[in-house]
Amino acid sequence: MIAEPDARAARIAADFPLLAQPTSRGKRLAYLDSAATSQKPQAVIDSLVHYYTHDNANIHRGVYELAERATDAFEGARAKVARFVNAAEPAEIVWTRNTTEAINLVSFSWGLANLEPGDVILTTQLEHHSNLVPWQLLAAKTGAELRYIEVDAEGLHVLDDLDEKLRGVKLVAMSHVSNTLGTIAPLAEIIPRAHAVGAVVLIDGAQSTPHFAVDVRALDVDFFVASGHKMCGPTGIGFLYGKRALLDAMPPFLTGGDMIREVGYERTTFNELPWKFEAGTSNIADAIALGAAVEYLEHIGMDWVAAHERALTVYALERLQPFVARGLDIYGPKDVTKRSGVISFNFADIHAHDLASILDLDGVCVRAGHHCTMPLMDKMGWPATARASFYLYNTERDVDQLIVALDKAADVFKVA
Amino acid sequence: MDDFYKEYILDHYRNPRNFGHLDAPTATAEDLNPLCGDKIRFELQVDGDGRVTDVRFSGKGCAISQASASMLSESLKGEMLEDVARFSQERVLENVGIGISPARMKCAMLGLKVAKSAALGEIAHWPDEAPAG
Repeated sequence: MIAEPDARAARIAADFPLLAQPTSRGKRLAYLDSAATSQKPQAVIDSLVHYYTHDNANIHRGVYELAERATDAFEGARAKVARFVNAAEPAEIVWTRNTTEAINLVSFSWGLANLEPGDVILTTQLEHHSNLVPWQLLAAKTGAELRYIEVDAEGLHVLDDLDEKLRGVKLVAMSHVSNTLGTIAPLAEIIPRAHAVGAVVLIDGAQSTPHFAVDVRALDVDFFVASGHKMCGPTGIGFLYGKRALLDAMPPFLTGGDMIREVGYERTTFNELPWKFEAGTSNIADAIALGAAVEYLEHIGMDWVAAHERALTVYALERLQPFVARGLDIYGPKDVTKRSGVISFNFADIHAHDLASILDLDGVCVRAGHHCTMPLMDKMGWPATARASFYLYNTERDVDQLIVALDKAADVFKVA
Repeated sequence: MDDFYKEYILDHYRNPRNFGHLDAPTATAEDLNPLCGDKIRFELQVDGDGRVTDVRFSGKGCAISQASASMLSESLKGEMLEDVARFSQERVLENVGIGISPARMKCAMLGLKVAKSAALGEIAHWPDEAPAG
């Protein structure tokens, strides 16, 4: 019997035209790579078409009706994202291209202005390269030290020595949810203790914002970053949330048009928030479409999305269990309340790339490789893993398709 | 694509030929595919005439990259060093003998790239990278 959440997910899948498209081999598509990028609902596709068909004009400076309409839609989308993550005001949301750019903004603007030799940046061993490389470079530039919260064999954060780790820390930068293992970070425990030592906290929400309700004020984060394309929105648009006091005190990152108040030949004064950080013509259409994505997710309900993904993860782990005796290794937290809908695995001596190629023959899309977490893979001793990740449109049928394809992979590689 | 992984590919993957190291190789090179992390190292023993008398390769990776490197290592023994440097992608694909999708072409060609680099004494670049996708 199909459970009710699964029936709703099947109806939701019908909102995503791409998912109805069979593969070139005529197979039904089982898209299990939403941690890399999500598919887009018709409402988001329609938003893009509508904007370019009816509302396209440059924003903020035009005095004609069309420009006002574009500006209203653009700023309206900012307000929608602010509401979605419960920011105090839309001005605390700065548009960026993606999570990576938002992290770089903080690194170059806040980081260079605030870090000195001997200061400490604290991150974790789980981080995506985009939340690691900017801090390595910032540490090299400022003479700060980069320190790591360790993770155990399941990928859970080790907090026994957190007080020691926090000594001298000016910035904590860590992911909300691990893109490789699905580990949900114990932020409620870490953030207050980071603030107690006077540290500023940046949370990489690329893998959390799409999947469960995020409340930046309840979390009391100082900076929060995410990408639109992983949350039903288009590529090329993401955002930085920052507390107003911090953003106000920060110097601009990129400079040029739109981010200025007054420009003379000798000196320039800068625009107010959030435009101070948005140099040049923004990605207007994609920002507006991200607003549509956020509305779509709110209409579904983020609590439902989270519950559905949890149920699907439990179902998938159950269906995968029989393969364990045949050499399937499943990584990440065993406690499903501590993980999101991301399942990394290896199967016998089949390399993850070969596995992904064989699954692809049956229309099953999974990621294979290091998932932009090479230090974590080295630490765990995995050359690569295959990763299946779920979203609101995935159903038990997708998981069943994965299971059948895994059986075929076992045949091809003659796994007992 | 039913012949995706033929028996001999799996055999080379699980029992790679010429796998390991030489005591005193004349030429070596190693490289990785940053996309997937596959790593391969080639070591060549070359005699005074410039002929490859022995070959070893090492590394880790998928069946395509490992089997391709293993089969290549068999082809290289007895070749002149300059012919190793000129060894073609087409010959590697003939060796492999299965359809390689564009996404996997880099896997199939990693061993060749490294072996050619060892022969050239510098990183090998393809005249046209097109087949590598």
